[in-house]
Amino acid sequence: MIETIGITKTIGEKMILRGVNLRINQGESVAILGTNGAGKSTWLKIVAGLLKQSNGDVLLDGVPRKKDDYSQQQRLGYLGHQSFLYEAFSPVENLQFFAKLYQLKSPDKRIHQLIDDVGLSFFKHEPIRSFSRGMIQRLAIARAILHEPDVLLLDEPHTGLDQQAVSLFNRLLLDLKAEGVTIIMVTHDFPQINAICDRAVILRKGKIAEDECIRGRPVSWIHSLYEGEALSS
Amino acid sequence: MKHLFAPAMAIARKDLYAEWKTKQTITTMLIFSGLVIVTFSFAFDPSNQAVSALVPGMIWVITIFSGILGLNRSFTQEKQNDHLHGLMVAPVDPSAIYLGKCLANLIFVLLVQIISVPLLFLLFDFQVISGVGLIYFVMIVFLGTFGFIAVGTLLAALATHSKSSEMLLPILLFPLVTPVVIAAVQATRIVLVDQEGVSAALSWMQLMAAYDVIFFVVGFLLFEHVLEV
Repeated sequence: MIETIGITKTIGEKMILRGVNLRINQGESVAILGTNGAGKSTWLKIVAGLLKQSNGDVLLDGVPRKKDDYSQQQRLGYLGHQSFLYEAFSPVENLQFFAKLYQLKSPDKRIHQLIDDVGLSFFKHEPIRSFSRGMIQRLAIARAILHEPDVLLLDEPHTGLDQQAVSLFNRLLLDLKAEGVTIIMVTHDFPQINAICDRAVILRKGKIAEDECIRGRPVSWIHSLYEGEALSS
Repeated sequence: MKHLFAPAMAIARKDLYAEWKTKQTITTMLIFSGLVIVTFSFAFDPSNQAVSALVPGMIWVITIFSGILGLNRSFTQEKQNDHLHGLMVAPVDPSAIYLGKCLANLIFVLLVQIISVPLLFLLFDFQVISGVGLIYFVMIVFLGTFGFIAVGTLLAALATHSKSSEMLLPILLFPLVTPVVIAAVQATRIVLVDQEGVSAALSWMQLMAAYDVIFFVVGFLLFEHVLEV
């Protein structure tokens, strides 16, 4: 479904990605791991269309991604480090704006359903400037899945969430996974990887160092895979 | 076209609605223009006929400096929560962002002009124009403002990548808008002060129209590259 072929990215003199070849099939949930500066977020941004690769191709269902192919962009949902939400607006107003950008027809029912799903029903009409980091993150998740994307790209999505919000978010992701949505998640949160992902890809110095199925594996095994010890032991 | 006009309207409507809720930009612009008018009305004797020659220039001083305040905020507010990335990951033509921002900025500056120009005329005891002169005046103000906003919106997006964008924008903008400002001041002066030379005002208006078309098209085409910087 999503394939990156020989992706390289150079910023200034620094080579962030060094020929990343990765294929992710429909419905897979994949964790992208790596130390800071390994190139995880850069790879995700290239797939999302926020950055242009220096070399290589990004394919969606075998078709190279083009910047003016809006039907490809419509199939992606992206949640970055920032929420992309407007502080003066309420959750409903924020989602209405993004529904207009994605040109959703009659989005009101879905907007209210999503706000209920992320547990913000009582704050629907409050400006989000007074929201906590966790509440904003929950709304950002609703924003990312508002248009029912086929592929969900998440960059450290559990950051700032309390325990209740984490389980709510994981339940949402597992529901999406059951519906066949492809989930690609950049994270350092091993328990959440274990709860959601079937596969872990580890980037080191801009290259894929490990690519393993982690289904049924304990968190400790994923951790040692990350440290580069699991396969040797 | 589906990914151009509808998102552009959504972005413009979003900016206008955000301003309606916060009233931050328009208030700052109005305070600045009020300050200019009041300062000049005390500095010069409004009853002196020679002072009326200053009015065309003052209209454009208000437009440019209050406009810069609005242009700066237009994109710095989009940096706050990485909103620009939010727009870029949506199925939206990058030119739609330019179009939407241009429209919102134009409305803000026109609103400031609608309030401040009558106030300026009032405090300077300026003879109220009517008929054909008024139509010319409105067209000149629109053409000049549109050209200024077309260039300003593109450069504000470019400057927003810099940490000192508020300093950078005027430095980039002033040299580029000089032709349209000269044309706008000259045409306004002819219509307001020297009404017999209306044909000369038409030449300046043609210059402004050509400038507007060229820089609007340039902004429209280059905007996606500005986002990638």
